[in-house]
Amino acid sequence: MSERPQTVTLTIDGQEVTVPVGTTILEAARALDVHIPTICEHEATTSEGLCRICVVDVNGGRLLQAACVTEARDGMVVDTRNERVERSRRTVLEMLNASVDLSQAPEVQDMLDEYGADRERFPQALRREHALLDDNPFYVRDYSQCILCWRCVQACGEDAQYAFALTLSERGFHTRVATAFDAPLPETACVFCGQCIGVCPTGALKPKIEFELEQGWSVEQVREHLGQARKRRKRA
Amino acid sequence: MPRELADILQRYQGRGREALLPLLWEVQTAFGHVDAAAARTISQTLRVPEADVYGVIGFYTLFNALPEGETTVHICTDPSCALAGSEELLEHTCQALGVQPEETASDGRFTVKRTTCLGLCEHAPAALVARRGEGLHSVAPADAQTLLNGAKTPARADTLGGKAHIFLGGAAGERAQSLAEYGDYAALRRALTELTPEQVSAEVEAAGLLGRGGAAFPTGLKWKFTREALAQPHYAICNADESEPGTFKDRVLMEHKPHQVLEGLALCAYAIGAQEAYIFIRGEYPEAEGRLREALAEAEAAGLLGERVMGTDWSCRVEIRRGAGAYICGEETALFEAIEGKRGYPRLKPPYPTTNGLFDRPTAINNVETLSAVPAIVRQGAGWFRQWGTEKSSGTKLFSVSGHVRRPGTYEAPFGVTLRELLEGADYCGGVQGTLQAVLLGGAAGVFLRADEIDVPLTYEDLQTLGATMGSGAVMVFNDTVDLREVLRELARFFAHESCGKCYPCQFGTQRQLEILERLDAPLPGDRARLLDIGHTMTEASLCGLGQTAASAVLSAMSKWPQLFPSE
Ligand SMILES: Cc1cc2nc3c(=O)[nH]c(=O)nc-3n(C[C@H](O)[C@H](O)[C@H](O)COP(=O)(O)O)c2cc1C
Ligand code: SF4
Ligand code: SF4
Repeated sequence: MSERPQTVTLTIDGQEVTVPVGTTILEAARALDVHIPTICEHEATTSEGLCRICVVDVNGGRLLQAACVTEARDGMVVDTRNERVERSRRTVLEMLNASVDLSQAPEVQDMLDEYGADRERFPQALRREHALLDDNPFYVRDYSQCILCWRCVQACGEDAQYAFALTLSERGFHTRVATAFDAPLPETACVFCGQCIGVCPTGALKPKIEFELEQGWSVEQVREHLGQARKRRKRA
Repeated sequence: MPRELADILQRYQGRGREALLPLLWEVQTAFGHVDAAAARTISQTLRVPEADVYGVIGFYTLFNALPEGETTVHICTDPSCALAGSEELLEHTCQALGVQPEETASDGRFTVKRTTCLGLCEHAPAALVARRGEGLHSVAPADAQTLLNGAKTPARADTLGGKAHIFLGGAAGERAQSLAEYGDYAALRRALTELTPEQVSAEVEAAGLLGRGGAAFPTGLKWKFTREALAQPHYAICNADESEPGTFKDRVLMEHKPHQVLEGLALCAYAIGAQEAYIFIRGEYPEAEGRLREALAEAEAAGLLGERVMGTDWSCRVEIRRGAGAYICGEETALFEAIEGKRGYPRLKPPYPTTNGLFDRPTAINNVETLSAVPAIVRQGAGWFRQWGTEKSSGTKLFSVSGHVRRPGTYEAPFGVTLRELLEGADYCGGVQGTLQAVLLGGAAGVFLRADEIDVPLTYEDLQTLGATMGSGAVMVFNDTVDLREVLRELARFFAHESCGKCYPCQFGTQRQLEILERLDAPLPGDRARLLDIGHTMTEASLCGLGQTAASAVLSAMSKWPQLFPSE
């Protein structure tokens, strides 16, 4: 029996590249310095192929493939930026922008520019609006800025902390990140490790300090407030 | 903790996450909702994080975290029910109670909800009634009063017709065929005594049986791949989640010929080397579930299923699992997630179920109709099966026909029958009511055909040339009194409601598509291009089949009736 080959060779935007078996198209493209945009992908969390911004055309197939989760195969011919791909990326960005407050998501803002997305493309669109959650001394949660990349839920759970304080709730457009029965964070399994904040790509999760500085508080005010909160927590 | 809750939990001691949906169903049924305190004890009993219990409740529409009325009535407003006046039924029901849809009456007796297709299209308008402490039953109410006075409608007589060669033979139309009437699983006996598992799947492959759940994958091949997968154990699953609007043939098979379904599932299990089997049935099918459970008990008592089938060393343990209101759980990998006690998100493929299915083990999952064809194939052989249909579309097919025909119902027809024959033939629907305008073939995920396209033979290959698909075999018929834009709005509402929300194209696209279709009477400049861009993006970039087909009916209507849409 012949040995299984250890590598595959494929063509990405006209350039041939040989990569180890199991490499994704995204990784293979990075090896060539071909840039494929991503939103939900993060080195610390499991790729689930959610945002579909990284879709590419593989062999002109009927469906576009998410580069972050599609394995490179021998003989694949990948086009990372043709008309089909651009139309799809642009439309996803326009629909996302019409639904979520992206003002504190600079990377997505850059993508909107790069793909020529019209920021007013979907007038009268329903927006996902949520009240700001300020229920603990350490972070504030503003889910109007949440793009449902799932990273915080993954980091809180099996990808890092195993605390399982967060979940996704409801469905479709109305999906949201939540705690059990929407309880305030201190009443949940949250251990305030901050992993979720570390992976959040938007302004949806942020340290209280940053939030307060943004609100125009002075550094002294923020310090004092933080000190009081710590004392309260100790007593509790 | 209430006594009743403690009793329920007691029975789940020692079980894990896979028991989450069954346990939630018991609590939901007993108390009408699952509150935070109950969820905490459920979380402790099954060792599932509390947040995840909440997430699961929030995913499935038949579970709720907040209290509702003693009785909740779910009224279907999808196309076939809409044609039969379901909007008026909803309105009158709400008026009688002084509420809006999704609200509970002030005396706490009733909650009224709008729901998606209940698979009772030929009896439209249809409703599902959930009574606290009792559970579910479905009704086809004449009016709001009948619905609210709680009378259970007498056994529905389903219309069954066409050529009963393979599926419908011996079906009564009102009740389930008993074991005595069906026979004692002769095909399974033949398999266990004369055939190896390889021979069973080879026979099914030779018959050319293609999956009837929509994807038309060769069944014998799927079984071969699963059998040959190395990991153990293997699982056989019957996909009875039938939720495609306009589709009810699986319900009819389960309600009228439950033993045929069970024998087909057992043959699948035998052919793939499994001894564990599941039937995942949608929660909206309480009558079908009841009949399947009775039939299963009958077969187990007769030694035809369960431990050591027919005295051999092979066992076939069948478990019936109830869904809880999520169309997406018909997608095979989402269905596995539901059995595993999770939110019903489709998984990335590959890996495929044949190697990494339920509990990450090799799994063959098949539609109810697919499995129902197998006993006859094993008894009579591939050649017999192939006497009907064409080379590429062999055998007969079940069609669920609803809307403007004289006799809506479930019809068995050889592949190759024309759509015209199905609609007009004396053996079939007996003619269109009024002047035919359009047929929606394949359900919400299907495409529209014009009146001048109905001479197409119903085979996979002929439909392909029209850019259409067989889908689930749903045929919704609309005469010229129907405003197709209204139909499109109902379909768009369905997809927006049922999108799981995992991937961006469908999560946002279904919502944006609905918004634009809702303003078709007063469109904004650019709406046409918006619909086309959304359609392109959902179709080509979505993660699963739901998003990939969520614009299919809209795009086909845009090309066939451009005048119904904005010109730019
Ligand atoms: C959104 C969606 C819903 C589906 N619903 C069903 C269903 O209700 N019943 C079914 O048998 N297959 C359904 N399918 C197809 C299944 O994923 C799978 O292909 C099928 O169960 C395989 O069985 P078959 O080969 O016998 O058709 C659905 C697919 C998608 C994408
Ligand atoms: S809160 Fe942030 S990390 Fe969590 S899903 Fe939303 S955007 Fe992603
Ligand atoms: S296509 Fe729709 S249903 Fe399928 S994974 Fe994406 S959001 Fe979920």
